[in-house]
Amino acid sequence: MAEIVAMPKLGFDMAEGTLVRWVIAEGGEVAKGAVLAEIETDKATVEVESSAGGILYRQLVAEGTAVPVGTPIAVIAAPGEEVKDLPETGTEGGADAPVAAVEEKKVPDEKTATAESAGQKAEAPEVPAAQPAQVAPEGGVLRASPLARRIAQENNLNLNQVTGTGPSGRITRKDVEKALQGAPAAAPVKPAAAAAIQPATSWAPGAPVPDDERQPIEKLRSIIGRRMVESKQQVPHFYITSAYDVAPLMELRKQINLQLPEESKLSVNDFVVKAAALTLRQFPNINASLTDKEIVRHGHVNIGVAVALDSGLMTVVCKDADQKPLRTISQEVREMAVRARAGKVRPDDIEGSTFSISNLGMFEVEHFVAIINPPEAAILAVGSAQNVPVVIDGEVKVGMRMKATLSADHRITDGAEAARFMQTLAGFIENPLRLML
Amino acid sequence: MARITMREAISQALWEEMERDPKVFIMGEEVGLWGGTYAVTKGFYDHFGADRVRDTPIAEAAIIGGAIGAALTGLRPVAELMTINFAFSAFDHIVNQAAKMHMMFGGQMVLPLVIRAVGGGGRQLGATHSQTPDAIFAHFPGLKVVAPGTPADAKGLLKAAIRSQDPILFIEHATLYQTRGEVPEGDYIVPIGKSTVARPGKDVTIVTYSKMLEISLKAAETLAKEGIEAEVVDLRSLRPLDMEPVIESFKKTNRAVVVEEGWKSFGVGSEIAARIYEEAFDYVDAPVKRVAQTEVPLPYNHTLEQMMLPKVEDIISAVKEVL
Repeated sequence: MAEIVAMPKLGFDMAEGTLVRWVIAEGGEVAKGAVLAEIETDKATVEVESSAGGILYRQLVAEGTAVPVGTPIAVIAAPGEEVKDLPETGTEGGADAPVAAVEEKKVPDEKTATAESAGQKAEAPEVPAAQPAQVAPEGGVLRASPLARRIAQENNLNLNQVTGTGPSGRITRKDVEKALQGAPAAAPVKPAAAAAIQPATSWAPGAPVPDDERQPIEKLRSIIGRRMVESKQQVPHFYITSAYDVAPLMELRKQINLQLPEESKLSVNDFVVKAAALTLRQFPNINASLTDKEIVRHGHVNIGVAVALDSGLMTVVCKDADQKPLRTISQEVREMAVRARAGKVRPDDIEGSTFSISNLGMFEVEHFVAIINPPEAAILAVGSAQNVPVVIDGEVKVGMRMKATLSADHRITDGAEAARFMQTLAGFIENPLRLML
Repeated sequence: MARITMREAISQALWEEMERDPKVFIMGEEVGLWGGTYAVTKGFYDHFGADRVRDTPIAEAAIIGGAIGAALTGLRPVAELMTINFAFSAFDHIVNQAAKMHMMFGGQMVLPLVIRAVGGGGRQLGATHSQTPDAIFAHFPGLKVVAPGTPADAKGLLKAAIRSQDPILFIEHATLYQTRGEVPEGDYIVPIGKSTVARPGKDVTIVTYSKMLEISLKAAETLAKEGIEAEVVDLRSLRPLDMEPVIESFKKTNRAVVVEEGWKSFGVGSEIAARIYEEAFDYVDAPVKRVAQTEVPLPYNHTLEQMMLPKVEDIISAVKEVL
């Protein structure tokens, strides 16, 4: 029986997807779950898996074509099978279009998850992986109890990253639970920037001047462009900047990180995410969105964290950050950032943010202002923690300060409320122990 | 509730069933005038008479063959084998006749037969009289194999066996006859084919039955002092084998030790372990361990015999291996 693979719906608001590349050629053999093609959505490039095994009988959509969700894109047939009544190229899939591919994508099986993380390492070597892969025991066999495997799968945990303490290094329930609870946290989001800067030659007589280069606007770039224009044109932004005393935070972070392995050290941004989340819990009007008719004050506090990619910018979402311990926040953000850079984000990684944070602290930035990510009410732009002269008791001393600027939507909130938000945020950032309680 | 020995509990069950149903009768070596090799039927001969308490020649094939014939004609015989080791002399009658007749002949006949057999080692009876071949008999469809570990279960299961329409091998462990426990008086029935949790726990599941229940419970007590809470599941019958409490427990503890008195190879522990892997694979966190008798013919010498049989310490170390 021939099976039709349709354009999957990979997110709430996904209406169409562009088939970027066919991975399997017509006539090629496909296993169930194998990657058929890559598609680009509004937010990311993802892989479409085959919902059946057999031969890729027909590609119904050409590379580079955008088609609506549910449109048949491929026909999988048994070897030697003649398929009649092929769906027309580019037609609407209608109600009976199979959704199997979508379902499968949403719940990746263990094999897929492993393949994905392997892919991450291969494609984005400059990004530290969420945890260093343990060297597999002799023979490359991963020793793990069936129970450990199941728990890992349910929690999307890569067993290659877990140390087994059972007989022969077997990973047991205990090891997996430990890995899930505690440890793994995200490496600070620090692109190759600083290391890569080579002193440029300042004077070279007669050097050829390079020609202008024309770059087609990629999908992500054009989405960013469209959304930012929309935001800047339609949302009445106003800005509030505060300088926070982060000496205690930096000291606390130093102390904590002494206890943590390299790959799970906390970043300053992890503290900011937690502090903002706790503050938002007290400011429902800023943890809000604007629709045509009303202001929606969200029950969940989901913090979007801007991640710089080679091709642009993406916001990964730390859900219910007010209720998560710092290390969990750190681990989640790090893992999502790794996936985002590898072009492997899951729909869930980028959905549902209620407030965003953009942190350029690692670039020696005093402060900056960010454009609101609609329909959210506000975004926080975070600069670097710097030694600056401060006046204490009438004397100039050296202090450690970090500036942050809130951009807020004047249709939803006003200056006084936003200022109180920044004050409350100070209470958390300047007393970082409160983030641990 | 009265605290009585397993011997008394079995005696009570037989007595009550013979009083209740005139079709029930006893036959076996020394069951009548002598009152039974293990004194289970003491006083029965005087009360019920020679017709219903029949002494037989020392010929196990004849005992079981005769009992099968009696059952086919509508009586409810309870045949006693002095030890289960003698069942081998009647093996064809038990597994080839009794176990198969009902199904082989399209259900035309029923075989309400109970074979009581004394099993187990530890009494210096030598290699040929001390075996625990329970698994061999449990291999045959059509034959139920019941082996109680407590006096109450002995009474309740035997009464259920006598009322059953199927051939049943009822194994009584020789060293349990003196074990005391609370036994409900009167018509107390324990349905055959229901395993039970003998001791609740959360850290490891010990699956066992018969004499090894006693040993396993002792091991569990010692483990509890070290903070390890073992859940002990008593199978009570090997066929039908009720895995539900075992699987339920295993899904909670993710580790199991199976304790049996017989030899390990092709034994009860192998069956239970296989079922766990089949039915609860995704809950397995450590290989299932089997504790069983050392694979030699059991020595006569007391010290050596005790060394070969599963001990409390064997169970404790097996539990620690899977934790």
